[in-house]
Amino acid sequence: MEAIKLNTPVADQDIEKLRAGHKVILNGYIYTARDAAHKKMVELLDKGENLPFDPAGQIIYFVGPTPAKPGKVIGSAGPTTSGRMNKYSPAMLKAGLKGMIGKGEMGKEVADALKRYKGAYFVATGGAGALMAKRITDSEVVAYEELGPEAVRRLKVVDFPIIVAQDSHGGNIFVEGMEKYRK
Amino acid sequence: MRNISSGKITSAVKKLCMDANYFLGDDVVGVIRKSLDKEESPLGKEILNQILENAEIAKNEQMPLCQDTGLTAVFVELGSDIHIDGATLEAAVQEGIRQGYGDGYLRKSMVEDPLRRKNTGDNTPGVISINIVEGDKIKITILPKGGGSENMSAIKMLKPSDGEDGVKDFVVETVRVAGGNPCPPIIVGVGIGGSFDKSAYLAKKSLLRKLGSVHSDPYYAEMEKELLERINNTGIGPQGLGGRITALAVHIETHPCHIASLPVAVNTQCHSARHKEVII
Repeated sequence: MEAIKLNTPVADQDIEKLRAGHKVILNGYIYTARDAAHKKMVELLDKGENLPFDPAGQIIYFVGPTPAKPGKVIGSAGPTTSGRMNKYSPAMLKAGLKGMIGKGEMGKEVADALKRYKGAYFVATGGAGALMAKRITDSEVVAYEELGPEAVRRLKVVDFPIIVAQDSHGGNIFVEGMEKYRK
Repeated sequence: MRNISSGKITSAVKKLCMDANYFLGDDVVGVIRKSLDKEESPLGKEILNQILENAEIAKNEQMPLCQDTGLTAVFVELGSDIHIDGATLEAAVQEGIRQGYGDGYLRKSMVEDPLRRKNTGDNTPGVISINIVEGDKIKITILPKGGGSENMSAIKMLKPSDGEDGVKDFVVETVRVAGGNPCPPIIVGVGIGGSFDKSAYLAKKSLLRKLGSVHSDPYYAEMEKELLERINNTGIGPQGLGGRITALAVHIETHPCHIASLPVAVNTQCHSARHKEVII
Protein backbone atom coordinates (compact mmCIF):
# COMPACT_ATOMS: atom_id res chain seq x y z
CA MET A 1 0.00 0.00 0.00
CA GLU A 2 1.57 3.26 -1.18
CA ALA A 3 1.51 6.18 1.27
CA ILE A 4 -0.44 9.31 0.35
CA LYS A 5 1.49 12.59 0.47
CA LEU A 6 -0.23 15.32 2.42
CA ASN A 7 0.94 18.89 3.03
CA THR A 8 -0.34 21.46 5.49
CA PRO A 9 -2.41 23.58 5.25
CA VAL A 10 -4.94 20.96 4.18
CA ALA A 11 -7.98 21.54 1.94
CA ASP A 12 -11.39 19.80 2.18
CA GLN A 13 -10.67 17.95 -1.08
CA ASP A 14 -7.50 16.44 0.45
CA ILE A 15 -9.49 15.23 3.44
CA GLU A 16 -12.28 13.71 1.38
CA LYS A 17 -9.81 11.46 -0.45
CA LEU A 18 -8.60 9.88 2.79
CA ARG A 19 -10.00 6.58 4.05
CA ALA A 20 -9.41 4.82 7.36
CA GLY A 21 -6.35 2.58 7.00
CA HIS A 22 -4.54 4.78 4.45
CA LYS A 23 -0.89 5.46 5.18
CA VAL A 24 0.01 9.14 4.96
CA ILE A 25 3.34 10.97 4.76
CA LEU A 26 2.86 14.44 6.18
CA ASN A 27 4.96 17.52 5.40
CA GLY A 28 4.67 21.10 6.58
CA TYR A 29 3.84 22.83 9.86
CA ILE A 30 1.63 21.30 12.55
CA TYR A 31 0.67 22.50 16.03
CA THR A 32 0.95 20.63 19.34
CA ALA A 33 -1.64 20.66 22.11
CA ARG A 34 -2.73 18.31 24.91
CA ASP A 35 -5.41 18.49 27.60
CA ALA A 36 -4.40 21.75 29.31
CA ALA A 37 -3.86 23.76 26.10
CA HIS A 38 -7.12 22.45 24.61
CA LYS A 39 -9.01 23.54 27.70
CA LYS A 40 -7.65 27.08 27.33
CA MET A 41 -8.28 27.22 23.57
CA VAL A 42 -11.84 25.97 23.78
CA GLU A 43 -12.54 28.57 26.49
CA LEU A 44 -11.34 31.23 24.02
CA LEU A 45 -13.61 29.85 21.29
CA ASP A 46 -16.57 29.86 23.71
CA LYS A 47 -15.93 33.55 24.39
CA GLY A 48 -15.66 34.24 20.65
CA GLU A 49 -11.98 35.16 20.91
CA ASN A 50 -9.10 34.27 18.60
CA LEU A 51 -6.88 31.23 19.19
CA PRO A 52 -3.08 31.61 19.54
CA PHE A 53 -2.90 30.36 15.92
CA ASP A 54 -5.38 30.31 13.04
CA PRO A 55 -6.72 26.73 12.97
CA ALA A 56 -8.05 26.95 9.38
CA GLY A 57 -6.63 24.05 7.38
CA GLN A 58 -4.26 23.06 10.18
CA ILE A 59 -3.51 19.81 12.02
CA ILE A 60 -2.99 19.43 15.77
CA TYR A 61 -0.60 16.80 17.15
CA PHE A 62 -1.52 15.54 20.63
CA VAL A 63 1.98 15.42 22.15
CA GLY A 64 3.92 16.54 25.18
CA PRO A 65 7.57 16.07 24.23
CA THR A 66 10.53 15.51 26.53
CA PRO A 67 12.93 18.47 26.88
CA ALA A 68 15.33 18.88 23.95
CA LYS A 69 18.93 17.93 24.67
CA PRO A 70 21.44 20.72 23.84
CA GLY A 71 21.78 21.07 20.07
CA LYS A 72 18.57 19.14 19.36
CA VAL A 73 15.30 20.54 17.95
CA ILE A 74 13.05 18.55 20.29
CA GLY A 75 13.12 15.58 22.64
CA SER A 76 11.16 12.36 22.27
CA ALA A 77 7.80 13.27 20.67
CA GLY A 78 5.29 10.45 20.20
CA PRO A 79 1.49 10.79 20.41
CA THR A 80 -0.56 10.77 23.60
CA THR A 81 -3.98 9.11 24.10
CA SER A 82 -6.50 11.04 22.00
CA GLY A 83 -9.66 10.04 23.87
CA ARG A 84 -8.90 12.67 26.50
CA MET A 85 -9.47 15.33 23.82
CA ASN A 86 -12.96 14.04 22.82
CA LYS A 87 -14.45 16.94 24.73
CA TYR A 88 -12.46 19.58 22.88
CA SER A 89 -11.81 18.42 19.31
CA PRO A 90 -15.34 19.04 17.92
CA ALA A 91 -15.06 22.76 18.78
CA MET A 92 -11.62 22.92 17.17
CA LEU A 93 -12.91 21.25 13.98
CA LYS A 94 -15.82 23.68 13.91
CA ALA A 95 -13.26 26.50 14.05
CA GLY A 96 -11.60 25.18 10.89
CA LEU A 97 -9.11 22.58 12.10
CA LYS A 98 -8.72 19.80 9.50
CA GLY A 99 -7.13 17.04 11.52
CA MET A 100 -5.64 15.65 14.69
CA ILE A 101 -2.79 13.20 15.24
CA GLY A 102 -2.76 10.98 18.35
CA LYS A 103 -3.16 7.39 19.45
CA GLY A 104 -6.18 5.27 20.33
CA GLU A 105 -9.77 5.67 19.18
CA MET A 106 -11.66 8.98 19.39
CA GLY A 107 -15.30 9.15 20.51
CA LYS A 108 -18.56 9.42 18.61
CA GLU A 109 -18.74 13.20 19.12
CA VAL A 110 -15.42 13.51 17.26
CA ALA A 111 -16.46 11.05 14.52
CA ASP A 112 -19.60 13.15 13.94
CA ALA A 113 -17.57 16.38 13.82
CA LEU A 114 -15.12 14.82 11.32
CA LYS A 115 -18.08 14.20 9.01
CA ARG A 116 -19.79 17.53 9.58
CA TYR A 117 -16.72 19.77 9.23
CA LYS A 118 -14.67 17.52 6.93
CA GLY A 119 -11.76 16.45 9.05
CA ALA A 120 -9.60 13.40 9.59
CA TYR A 121 -8.12 11.78 12.67
CA PHE A 122 -4.70 10.22 12.21
CA VAL A 123 -2.62 7.96 14.43
CA ALA A 124 1.13 7.90 14.85
CA THR A 125 2.82 4.94 16.53
CA GLY A 126 2.51 5.40 20.28
CA GLY A 127 5.80 4.80 22.05
CA ALA A 128 7.89 5.62 18.98
CA GLY A 129 8.82 9.07 20.29
CA ALA A 130 12.48 8.90 19.31
CA LEU A 131 11.60 7.92 15.74
CA MET A 132 9.01 10.70 15.41
CA ALA A 133 11.50 13.26 16.77
CA LYS A 134 13.82 12.50 13.84
CA ARG A 135 11.11 13.78 11.46
CA ILE A 136 10.72 17.11 13.25
CA THR A 137 13.10 19.77 11.95
CA ASP A 138 11.87 22.86 13.76
CA SER A 139 10.01 23.58 16.99
CA GLU A 140 8.84 26.90 18.37
CA VAL A 141 6.55 27.62 21.33
CA VAL A 142 3.65 29.78 20.13
CA ALA A 143 1.51 29.89 23.29
CA TYR A 144 1.15 28.85 26.93
CA GLU A 145 4.86 28.46 27.63
CA GLU A 146 3.97 28.14 31.33
CA LEU A 147 2.43 24.73 30.59
CA GLY A 148 5.89 23.24 29.96
CA PRO A 149 5.49 20.00 27.98
CA GLU A 150 1.84 20.97 27.39
CA ALA A 151 2.67 24.31 25.70
CA VAL A 152 1.40 24.91 22.15
CA ARG A 153 4.29 24.47 19.73
CA ARG A 154 4.57 24.92 15.99
CA LEU A 155 6.53 22.00 14.55
CA LYS A 156 7.96 21.58 11.09
CA VAL A 157 7.62 17.94 10.07
CA VAL A 158 9.35 16.17 7.21
CA ASP A 159 7.96 12.86 5.89
CA PHE A 160 6.07 12.34 9.15
CA PRO A 161 4.57 8.79 9.05
CA ILE A 162 0.91 8.66 10.13
CA ILE A 163 -2.15 6.50 9.40
CA VAL A 164 -5.74 7.62 8.79
CA ALA A 165 -7.71 6.14 11.71
CA GLN A 166 -11.11 7.84 11.47
CA ASP A 167 -12.12 9.58 8.24
CA SER A 168 -14.67 12.16 7.06
CA HIS A 169 -16.98 9.42 5.72
CA GLY A 170 -17.44 7.58 9.02
CA GLY A 171 -14.68 5.03 8.40
CA ASN A 172 -12.95 3.76 11.54
CA ILE A 173 -9.85 1.53 11.41
CA PHE A 174 -10.24 0.52 15.07
CA VAL A 175 -13.58 -1.11 14.31
CA GLU A 176 -12.73 -2.38 10.80
CA GLY A 177 -9.27 -3.68 11.74
CA MET A 178 -10.45 -5.51 14.84
CA GLU A 179 -13.28 -7.19 12.92
CA LYS A 180 -10.88 -8.31 10.22
CA TYR A 181 -8.42 -10.00 12.58
CA ARG A 182 -10.76 -11.28 15.31
CA LYS A 183 -10.85 -15.07 15.70
CA MET B 1 26.22 -4.59 59.65
CA ARG B 2 27.32 -2.99 56.38
CA ASN B 3 27.28 0.79 56.01
CA ILE B 4 26.49 2.45 52.70
CA SER B 5 26.07 6.14 52.03
CA SER B 6 22.75 7.52 50.89
CA GLY B 7 24.63 9.30 48.08
CA LYS B 8 25.44 5.92 46.56
CA ILE B 9 21.73 5.09 46.42
CA THR B 10 20.95 8.48 44.89
CA SER B 11 23.48 8.08 42.09
CA ALA B 12 22.34 4.53 41.40
CA VAL B 13 18.69 5.66 41.09
CA LYS B 14 19.68 8.59 38.88
CA LYS B 15 21.47 6.26 36.45
CA LEU B 16 18.62 3.71 36.49
CA CYS B 17 16.05 6.41 35.60
CA MET B 18 18.07 7.46 32.58
CA ASP B 19 19.06 3.95 31.42
CA ALA B 20 15.52 2.60 31.77
CA ASN B 21 14.16 5.39 29.59
CA TYR B 22 16.85 5.13 26.87
CA PHE B 23 17.46 1.40 26.57
CA LEU B 24 14.73 -1.14 25.88
CA GLY B 25 15.57 -4.55 27.38
CA ASP B 26 16.94 -7.26 25.08
CA ASP B 27 14.11 -9.56 26.21
CA VAL B 28 11.48 -7.05 25.01
CA VAL B 29 13.26 -6.43 21.69
CA GLY B 30 13.59 -10.20 21.19
CA VAL B 31 9.90 -10.92 21.76
CA ILE B 32 8.78 -8.04 19.50
CA ARG B 33 11.11 -9.28 16.76
CA LYS B 34 9.66 -12.80 17.04
CA SER B 35 6.09 -11.44 16.94
CA LEU B 36 6.74 -9.98 13.47
CA ASP B 37 6.36 -13.45 11.95
CA LYS B 38 2.97 -13.95 13.57
CA GLU B 39 1.53 -10.57 12.65
CA GLU B 40 -0.76 -10.89 9.61
CA SER B 41 -1.76 -7.24 9.27
CA PRO B 42 0.54 -5.18 6.99
CA LEU B 43 -0.10 -2.05 9.10
CA GLY B 44 0.55 -4.12 12.23
CA LYS B 45 3.89 -5.33 10.84
CA GLU B 46 4.85 -1.79 9.94
CA ILE B 47 4.09 -0.58 13.47
CA LEU B 48 6.14 -3.41 15.02
CA ASN B 49 9.05 -2.46 12.75
CA GLN B 50 8.72 1.19 13.78
CA ILE B 51 8.86 0.14 17.43
CA LEU B 52 12.10 -1.77 16.79
CA GLU B 53 13.59 1.13 14.82
CA ASN B 54 12.58 3.49 17.60
CA ALA B 55 14.47 1.37 20.16
CA GLU B 56 17.60 1.57 17.96
CA ILE B 57 17.37 5.36 17.64
CA ALA B 58 16.76 5.82 21.38
CA LYS B 59 19.77 3.63 22.21
CA ASN B 60 22.13 5.28 19.73
CA GLU B 61 21.14 8.84 20.60
CA GLN B 62 20.50 8.21 24.30
CA MET B 63 17.09 9.80 24.06
CA PRO B 64 13.86 8.62 25.68
CA LEU B 65 12.10 5.71 23.93
CA CYS B 66 8.79 7.46 24.61
CA GLN B 67 7.97 11.06 25.49
CA ASP B 68 5.99 9.74 28.46
CA THR B 69 8.93 8.94 30.70
CA GLY B 70 6.45 7.94 33.33
CA LEU B 71 5.67 7.96 36.97
CA THR B 72 8.73 6.39 38.56
CA ALA B 73 7.78 3.14 40.27
CA VAL B 74 10.64 1.97 42.49
CA PHE B 75 11.01 -1.47 44.03
CA VAL B 76 13.60 -1.81 46.79
CA GLU B 77 14.77 -5.04 48.39
CA LEU B 78 16.70 -3.90 51.42
CA GLY B 79 18.99 -6.35 53.21
CA SER B 80 18.39 -6.32 56.97
CA ASP B 81 22.17 -6.10 57.59
CA ILE B 82 22.49 -2.71 55.89
CA HIS B 83 22.73 0.68 57.54
CA ILE B 84 22.31 3.76 55.38
CA ASP B 85 24.45 6.77 56.34
CA GLY B 86 23.20 10.26 55.52
CA ALA B 87 19.70 10.78 54.19
CA THR B 88 16.83 8.31 54.66
CA LEU B 89 16.27 5.65 52.01
CA GLU B 90 13.11 7.44 50.86
CA ALA B 91 14.89 10.81 50.52
CA ALA B 92 17.88 9.23 48.75
CA VAL B 93 15.64 7.57 46.15
CA GLN B 94 13.55 10.72 45.54
CA GLU B 95 16.74 12.76 45.07
CA GLY B 96 17.93 10.18 42.52
CA ILE B 97 14.69 10.57 40.58
CA ARG B 98 15.01 14.37 40.71
CA GLN B 99 18.55 14.25 39.33
CA GLY B 100 17.85 11.52 36.76
CA TYR B 101 14.84 13.27 35.26
CA GLY B 102 16.63 16.64 35.29
CA ASP B 103 20.05 15.68 33.92
CA GLY B 104 18.59 13.01 31.64
CA TYR B 105 16.23 15.41 29.83
CA LEU B 106 13.25 13.26 30.79
CA ARG B 107 9.70 14.62 30.94
CA LYS B 108 8.35 15.74 34.29
CA SER B 109 4.91 14.20 34.51
CA MET B 110 3.95 14.36 38.20
CA VAL B 111 1.39 16.78 39.65
CA GLU B 112 1.53 17.51 43.38
CA ASP B 113 -2.20 17.08 43.99
CA PRO B 114 -4.53 14.80 42.01
CA LEU B 115 -7.26 17.46 41.71
CA ARG B 116 -5.40 20.77 41.84
CA ARG B 117 -2.79 19.41 39.41
CA LYS B 118 0.28 21.63 39.69
CA ASN B 119 3.37 19.96 38.19
CA THR B 120 6.06 19.26 40.80
CA GLY B 121 8.67 20.12 38.16
CA ASP B 122 11.08 17.26 38.85
CA ASN B 123 8.99 14.09 38.45
CA THR B 124 9.04 13.38 42.18
CA PRO B 125 7.63 11.78 44.15
CA GLY B 126 8.17 8.31 42.76
CA VAL B 127 6.06 5.51 44.20
CA ILE B 128 8.39 3.36 46.29
CA SER B 129 7.78 -0.18 47.58
CA ILE B 130 10.26 -1.43 50.15
CA ASN B 131 10.74 -5.04 51.20
CA ILE B 132 13.15 -6.08 53.90
CA VAL B 133 15.09 -9.21 52.94
CA GLU B 134 18.02 -11.17 54.37
CA GLY B 135 21.59 -10.12 53.71
CA ASP B 136 23.69 -6.98 53.34
CA LYS B 137 22.82 -5.94 49.81
CA ILE B 138 20.25 -3.57 48.39
CA LYS B 139 18.48 -4.24 45.11
CA ILE B 140 16.79 -1.30 43.40
CA THR B 141 14.51 -1.67 40.38
CA ILE B 142 13.08 1.28 38.46
CA LEU B 143 9.95 0.94 36.33
CA PRO B 144 9.00 4.19 34.57
CA LYS B 145 5.26 3.74 34.04
CA GLY B 146 3.54 5.72 31.30
CA GLY B 147 0.08 7.18 31.91
CA GLY B 148 -1.56 5.82 28.76
CA SER B 149 -1.17 2.18 29.72
CA GLU B 150 -1.57 2.72 33.48
CA ASN B 151 -4.97 4.36 32.83
CA MET B 152 -6.30 1.16 31.23
CA SER B 153 -5.63 -0.94 34.34
CA ALA B 154 -8.51 -2.35 36.42
CA ILE B 155 -9.27 -4.20 39.63
CA LYS B 156 -12.22 -6.34 40.68
CA MET B 157 -13.23 -8.18 43.83
CA LEU B 158 -14.60 -11.44 42.43
CA LYS B 159 -16.51 -14.05 44.40
CA PRO B 160 -14.59 -17.28 45.08
CA SER B 161 -17.30 -19.09 43.09
CA ASP B 162 -16.37 -17.02 40.00
CA GLY B 163 -13.18 -19.09 39.99
CA GLU B 164 -10.73 -19.47 37.16
CA ASP B 165 -13.24 -18.54 34.45
CA GLY B 166 -14.21 -15.36 36.27
CA VAL B 167 -10.58 -14.32 36.49
CA LYS B 168 -9.88 -15.08 32.83
CA ASP B 169 -12.97 -13.28 31.56
CA PHE B 170 -12.12 -10.19 33.61
CA VAL B 171 -8.56 -10.09 32.24
CA VAL B 172 -9.66 -10.45 28.60
CA GLU B 173 -12.49 -7.92 29.02
CA THR B 174 -10.10 -5.36 30.54
CA VAL B 175 -7.80 -5.68 27.52
CA ARG B 176 -10.74 -5.52 25.08
CA VAL B 177 -12.12 -2.34 26.63
CA ALA B 178 -8.64 -0.76 26.56
CA GLY B 179 -8.43 -1.29 22.77
CA GLY B 180 -5.71 0.82 21.17
CA ASN B 181 -5.36 3.22 24.12
CA PRO B 182 -2.56 1.51 26.10
CA CYS B 183 -0.24 1.32 23.05
CA PRO B 184 -0.50 -2.35 22.13
CA PRO B 185 1.24 -4.70 21.84
CA ILE B 186 1.01 -4.72 25.61
CA ILE B 187 2.19 -6.84 28.49
CA VAL B 188 -0.66 -7.83 30.75
CA GLY B 189 0.27 -7.97 34.43
CA VAL B 190 -2.23 -9.92 36.50
CA GLY B 191 -2.33 -10.08 40.31
CA ILE B 192 -4.63 -12.71 41.79
CA GLY B 193 -5.33 -13.05 45.50
CA GLY B 194 -3.98 -11.21 48.53
CA SER B 195 -6.18 -8.23 49.36
CA PHE B 196 -7.64 -5.34 47.35
CA ASP B 197 -4.34 -3.44 47.45
CA LYS B 198 -2.04 -6.47 47.37
CA SER B 199 -3.50 -7.73 44.09
CA ALA B 200 -2.69 -4.39 42.42
CA TYR B 201 0.85 -4.52 43.79
CA LEU B 202 1.27 -8.08 42.46
CA ALA B 203 -0.01 -7.07 39.02
CA LYS B 204 2.59 -4.31 38.82
CA LYS B 205 5.38 -6.49 40.20
CA SER B 206 4.63 -9.17 37.59
CA LEU B 207 5.69 -6.69 34.89
CA LEU B 208 9.28 -6.99 36.10
CA ARG B 209 9.47 -10.65 35.08
CA LYS B 210 11.70 -11.36 32.11
CA LEU B 211 9.69 -11.36 28.89
CA GLY B 212 9.54 -14.78 27.29
CA SER B 213 9.99 -16.59 30.62
CA VAL B 214 7.51 -19.26 31.68
CA HIS B 215 5.64 -19.23 35.03
CA SER B 216 7.25 -21.59 37.54
CA ASP B 217 3.85 -23.17 38.39
CA PRO B 218 2.57 -25.26 35.42
CA TYR B 219 -1.07 -24.42 36.33
CA TYR B 220 -0.43 -20.69 35.94
CA ALA B 221 1.94 -21.22 33.00
CA GLU B 222 -0.99 -22.83 31.17
CA MET B 223 -3.34 -20.02 32.19
CA GLU B 224 -0.89 -17.39 30.91
CA LYS B 225 -0.68 -19.21 27.59
CA GLU B 226 -4.46 -19.49 27.26
CA LEU B 227 -5.01 -15.85 28.20
CA LEU B 228 -2.41 -14.67 25.68
CA GLU B 229 -4.17 -16.63 22.95
CA ARG B 230 -7.59 -15.26 23.88
CA ILE B 231 -6.23 -11.70 24.03
CA ASN B 232 -4.56 -12.02 20.64
CA ASN B 233 -7.78 -13.43 19.20
CA THR B 234 -9.58 -10.16 20.01
CA GLY B 235 -8.02 -8.76 16.82
CA ILE B 236 -7.10 -5.42 18.48
CA GLY B 237 -3.56 -5.65 17.11
CA PRO B 238 -0.64 -3.21 17.22
CA GLN B 239 -1.90 0.26 18.24
CA GLY B 240 -5.47 -1.04 18.01
CA LEU B 241 -5.56 -0.88 14.20
CA GLY B 242 -6.31 -4.59 13.87
CA GLY B 243 -3.96 -7.55 13.88
CA ARG B 244 -2.79 -10.71 15.59
CA ILE B 245 -0.37 -9.20 18.12
CA THR B 246 -2.32 -7.40 20.82
CA ALA B 247 -0.17 -8.63 23.71
CA LEU B 248 3.41 -9.88 23.94
CA ALA B 249 2.86 -11.74 27.21
CA VAL B 250 0.60 -12.30 30.20
CA HIS B 251 2.32 -12.43 33.58
CA ILE B 252 0.48 -13.74 36.62
CA GLU B 253 1.49 -13.29 40.28
CA THR B 254 -0.54 -14.80 43.10
CA HIS B 255 -0.83 -14.58 46.88
CA PRO B 256 -2.93 -16.43 49.50
CA CYS B 257 -6.27 -14.77 50.18
CA HIS B 258 -9.30 -14.67 52.50
CA ILE B 259 -11.91 -17.49 52.30
CA ALA B 260 -14.55 -14.94 51.18
CA SER B 261 -12.43 -13.16 48.55
CA LEU B 262 -10.97 -13.47 45.09
CA PRO B 263 -9.31 -10.15 44.22
CA VAL B 264 -7.94 -9.77 40.70
CA ALA B 265 -6.03 -6.82 39.30
CA VAL B 266 -4.83 -6.12 35.78
CA ASN B 267 -1.94 -3.70 35.30
CA THR B 268 -1.50 -2.82 31.66
CA GLN B 269 2.01 -2.18 30.34
CA CYS B 270 2.71 -0.71 26.92
CA HIS B 271 5.32 -2.22 24.56
CA SER B 272 7.81 0.31 25.91
CA ALA B 273 8.28 -2.05 28.85
CA ARG B 274 11.10 -0.21 30.54
CA HIS B 275 12.75 -1.37 33.72
CA LYS B 276 16.31 -1.55 35.01
CA GLU B 277 17.77 -2.86 38.23
CA VAL B 278 20.99 -2.72 40.20
CA ILE B 279 22.35 -4.52 43.25
CA ILE B 280 24.55 -2.47 45.57
